[in-house]
Amino acid sequence: MISALVLVTLLVTQDTTAGKVVYTKWCAGCHGDQGAGDGAAAKHMMPPPRDFTGALYQIRSTASGNLPTDADLMRSIDEGLHGTAMPGWKARLSDRERRDVLAYIKTFSTFFADTTLRPQPLQFGGAPSGGTGDEALRVGRQFFDSIGCRKCHGDLGRGDGPSSPTLKDDAGHPIFAADLHQNWLFNGGGSAEDIYHRLRTGLDGTPMPSFSDLIDQKFLTETELWRLAQYVRSLSPAEPPAVRDVIHAPLIGRALPHAPDDSAWAAVDAYWFPLVGQVIRKGRWFAPAVTGVSVQAVHTADSIALRVTWDDRSASPDTAWLGHVGRVFASLEQDEATVEQPALWPDQIAVQFPVTIPTGMERPYFLMGSSSAPVYQWRWVSTERAAAAAGLARGLERFDPVSNPGVGAQAVFDRGQWRVVFTRALASPDTASQLPFRTGRAIPVAFFAWDGSNGEHGTRMAISTWYFLALDEPVPARVFISPVLAMMLTLGLGMLVVWRAQQKTSFRRQQ
Amino acid sequence: MTGRIFSVVGGMFLLTVCSKGAAPAREPGAPPAVTTTETSAAGGTITGKIKFTGTAPRNPAIDMSEEAACKSKYKTTPTEENVVAGPANALANVFVYVKSGLPAGQTYPAPTTPVVIDQDGCRYHPHVFGIQVGQPLEIRNSDPVLHNIKAVAKQNRPFNISQPTAGMKTSRTFSAAEVMVNLQCNVHGWMHSFLGVRPDPFYAVSGADGSFTITGLPPGTYTIEAWHEKFGTQTATVTIAGTETKTANLTFAAH
Repeated sequence: MISALVLVTLLVTQDTTAGKVVYTKWCAGCHGDQGAGDGAAAKHMMPPPRDFTGALYQIRSTASGNLPTDADLMRSIDEGLHGTAMPGWKARLSDRERRDVLAYIKTFSTFFADTTLRPQPLQFGGAPSGGTGDEALRVGRQFFDSIGCRKCHGDLGRGDGPSSPTLKDDAGHPIFAADLHQNWLFNGGGSAEDIYHRLRTGLDGTPMPSFSDLIDQKFLTETELWRLAQYVRSLSPAEPPAVRDVIHAPLIGRALPHAPDDSAWAAVDAYWFPLVGQVIRKGRWFAPAVTGVSVQAVHTADSIALRVTWDDRSASPDTAWLGHVGRVFASLEQDEATVEQPALWPDQIAVQFPVTIPTGMERPYFLMGSSSAPVYQWRWVSTERAAAAAGLARGLERFDPVSNPGVGAQAVFDRGQWRVVFTRALASPDTASQLPFRTGRAIPVAFFAWDGSNGEHGTRMAISTWYFLALDEPVPARVFISPVLAMMLTLGLGMLVVWRAQQKTSFRRQQ
Repeated sequence: MTGRIFSVVGGMFLLTVCSKGAAPAREPGAPPAVTTTETSAAGGTITGKIKFTGTAPRNPAIDMSEEAACKSKYKTTPTEENVVAGPANALANVFVYVKSGLPAGQTYPAPTTPVVIDQDGCRYHPHVFGIQVGQPLEIRNSDPVLHNIKAVAKQNRPFNISQPTAGMKTSRTFSAAEVMVNLQCNVHGWMHSFLGVRPDPFYAVSGADGSFTITGLPPGTYTIEAWHEKFGTQTATVTIAGTETKTANLTFAAH
């Protein structure tokens, strides 16, 4: 009995000495030796690592202003914080190690030692049913409007509301209003339940407030707040977009859709490609605003159209975002000798191909080629909406436009989203430098994006790796005829067998 | 901010903000009427004027075009209240408090009367104010728009709550002394208010003429500190014997 008690005590005891060892090894690099969020890597992170000294935590089950419970902290340790540099540790550290490090993290703040501040989880209740139905979503949208979500998150929820350029966290670091269409990046998880909990607790230390008082003061009911959470959930896809390597461009039997909002695009499969900061060459960029691009492509007998869609909180250049750029520059370490001043930069997108379709596995260097092996690029800049340049990139610093690009572009900016259509003839204007598009071949393609209102220009951008574009070949007539012939043959043979069998049966009867 | 004087007498801190109905013509920028009640003349008084040298920076105009309901409350373009200067370089909105010198171990019960902060015309009223540890802060929204109220604090637990509609009232208390807690609205980046949380009732905020008065002090030698959101802090030492009134004028340098 006693030994069992000792065992239980041992199991639940959190050892801060052991916790410090774990912390120093795994956590201090970002969070700092003294837990102040100032580790060696901190200046390369946006959002920055948590400063534990204030005991201020976003992801809690407790009311705004209250400390998190141990279970809340363990959840963040176990699962990490999506959309940030914080990974989950459940698979890397033992239960014991995680419990110990949790205990050690709490020693960085005196608030946890204050017995009057013992955290109490809120009573959330379960989700009301029918959360994906039209009526539920209508009610949710109604409260999205009436309680002012759009002020920061924007009309369509892409994080582009009128207040979004001014947002800062408690330490003065710039912070984006979440793009509600990308729930897989929500810090505290993307389920309707997660969203509801965040609405109730707020994200302390950020501009996102708690809406619990509204229920307490009967301005809305718990069910109505659940409906809001369910509506927000509905803005994102059922599953995070899977990355598929090959963009299939179907052959279409109509005119090429030059306009970004041409109805033809609705029927074309979209391919999602995540983008990451360019951290390979100086000046590196650790805080890319464009998280990914969605790409569609179609072609006719002689031309190709490629639509690139991405969420962007502003149509840059936009003076409203200058203060944000200043805060980004102040928060991130810059690796150039000269510290840059905020300026008005445009948004940009680049689509990259090799100069010729490679015959083997080897492709040019994905990061804009090299001086000896250039890449062919289409570039669009938001200040010249209805035009695109084409040219050869020879590394990050050199882009030589071609004199006869033959690339058209049309763009639409709509409430936090760019939609840009590039068009070109399949045949190359100049086969020496400009890729001819051929059907039935895997054509390497890569993407680059700049958000000018986030201080991005030059080497400061979001990048992808190589993917492929495949122009589907026209389907030959034999593809349709062969199955019909095969069916007829099968039917004929079957009938023959049946006929023969019947013949034999009647022969026996006659005998 | 004319005539805003926080009068503190014998441990009682009483601030009565007239309801909007009583002052229908009040523009949001103008101060609410303040009634001060002196219940006792016991103790010493420190009074003085806050001034500044140099040129006060211009308060930036506030673009309220996104909030028609707030914008319509103003006849002229509203400005921020970073530096509110009166005649002859008087400086308003300076939080003046006794930093040290009070008898050790003495505690001062928290008043139950709430201190009120109102969000009206997308600005905070008052802009600078004080509260005692444990005394309720009543947060009101007089605007039919979403405000969030974020308290940025180090000694106290920071919080962030929302009031999306007019008529909401929320009460909060602060558990530790802190000069200053910053209250801010993230929906309207220009909205800031500064709250001095004190364990005692010996504090005041300078009015439009730069004057302040702290009353009810027991005899002693005090360090008083004056805090201004842009100009930093100034201190003075004042010795009080009996029920006398001592003058302490403090001067900031504008920068």
